[in-house]
Amino acid sequence: MSYAHHAVELRSEQLRLPENHAWRRLPLIAAIVGGLGLAASAGLGVGQPKQFFFSYLVAFMFGLSFAIGGLFFVLIQFASRAAWSVVVRRVAENAAAAVPVFAVLFLPIAFGAHDLFHWSHAEAVAHDALLAGKSGYLNLPFFFIRAFFYFALWTFLSQWYLRRSLEQDRTGDKTITRRLQNASGPSIVVTALTMNFAAFDWLMSLDPHWYSTMFGVYYFAGCLIAIFAFLAIVTILMRRSGLLENIVTREHDHDLGKLLFGFTVFWTYIAFSQYFLIWYANIPEETVWYAHRMEGSWKTVSVFLMAGHFVIPFFYLMPRAVKRNRVALFAGASWMLLVHYVDIYWLAQPVLNHHGAHFSLLDGTTLLGVGGVFIAVFARFLARHALVPHRDPRLPESLRFENV
Amino acid sequence: MAAPAKIFGALAEFRTTKELFHACEKVRDAGYKTWDAHSPFPVHGLEKAMGLSPSRVPWIVLVAGLTGASGGMLLQWWVSTTAYPLVISGKPLFSWQAFVPITFELGVLFGALGAVLGMLHLNKLPRYYNALFRSRRFDRVTDNRFFISIESRDPKFDAAQTMKFLESLGAMHVELVED
Repeated sequence: MSYAHHAVELRSEQLRLPENHAWRRLPLIAAIVGGLGLAASAGLGVGQPKQFFFSYLVAFMFGLSFAIGGLFFVLIQFASRAAWSVVVRRVAENAAAAVPVFAVLFLPIAFGAHDLFHWSHAEAVAHDALLAGKSGYLNLPFFFIRAFFYFALWTFLSQWYLRRSLEQDRTGDKTITRRLQNASGPSIVVTALTMNFAAFDWLMSLDPHWYSTMFGVYYFAGCLIAIFAFLAIVTILMRRSGLLENIVTREHDHDLGKLLFGFTVFWTYIAFSQYFLIWYANIPEETVWYAHRMEGSWKTVSVFLMAGHFVIPFFYLMPRAVKRNRVALFAGASWMLLVHYVDIYWLAQPVLNHHGAHFSLLDGTTLLGVGGVFIAVFARFLARHALVPHRDPRLPESLRFENV
Repeated sequence: MAAPAKIFGALAEFRTTKELFHACEKVRDAGYKTWDAHSPFPVHGLEKAMGLSPSRVPWIVLVAGLTGASGGMLLQWWVSTTAYPLVISGKPLFSWQAFVPITFELGVLFGALGAVLGMLHLNKLPRYYNALFRSRRFDRVTDNRFFISIESRDPKFDAAQTMKFLESLGAMHVELVED
């Protein structure tokens, strides 16, 4: 907060996407891209169902991480009563509110469960003491019940937070902020637990003999990297097209950059801790997971992740000047999304191709499909709702926020 | 016969942060280099009003942190492969994975020490004496008064002119402080 601050007034035309603005065409364009991507994936997948389902699962978990990350972001802002983030919170609320779309996009995974999950084969479980022991949890009916339960809770929370925030846009009722704050603590617990088990169910159980209690936190780190990079990229692009000018400033970029940097280190901390314990104990049923990822070209991907997901962004995002420069931050955030995708790919695909990374056209088409549908819904919300929660009691503080 | 007292600098007293803030901007614009502002509490944005260049502490922390991290790794490498080689649970002598926690911790430790010691060094601390303490009025800098001191080693310093300049900034009191 500067001493010589001047009050920033929001003009009403800044609050919404102007009519005929280029961003109003985004939902349609993204929906077409998404539809074509899904259609192409379905066409390509006819002869190779396993490849289709694995590629689709990677794209799905990558896309889902933005919505879950958005939900966490909103909840954390309320729990910490943060003021700086009010100007970017609506973007995160819109991303989180896209969560029901993933419930629909989950259907192919439900149909492909037999191709994806080894534990779903009764004959395999019958001959495998480890899988038989886990069958109380890893069985298809309970798997579907859990998925339904996760999506129901995420949908309820994300919609409730967005609806109340929109209600405050209309009424200016300050008690809404208090209610959202009070609900944020328990909501974080619920979201954290459901996200943990979702990561266990949909990614970790691909290799049903293997387990790591840290795995959910690993996916959580990815979710937060996704949302911070997403918020930086979207608000930078919006300012390029004349939206949110003088509302989201270099100071907010700086904070998003700091959080992106911080969670890059957090991801490394979790990734290394998970690896370290398994490496030290050296128990075959645990090390085999890493052994697969050190085989053939997977080793190249593993080394790429160490360098690209930690060493390079650690030094690149460290200087203040990078976080305060739109072009430099945009490049850094885009890079983080790329390595985040590679990270999820590296979690899932070695189960399909043990001996080396095998890139398929389906990886690209499913990513376009899931990504396009997500962006279409997000952009639709963006066009329908005010761009900032403009009657939030902390908005003035957020507008004039400056890093000390 | 005492030698004529050497002048340390000129000291101006202000009543509010606002006066201090704007006076700092004018001292900065007048081209003074060896001067300082004193306040009982941090004033946000004062470093900009004073025209201070960015702190050099981050660079000290970076160098110290990298020294600590590489020193930690080298120490463990030397101990486990040369000085006292021991095979532990059948793993290679140089098992970098096992050395990461200590490498990380030493990086953090050296970085933190670098931050504290670097900050003290750049602030020329600790020191026992500062000529400004000769001024009785300066005692109130820990209470409710704000000061600007311009030192006589500043090339632009001229006792009479600098005092007049400080008075023109709205200071409630201006004095010369002996060294």
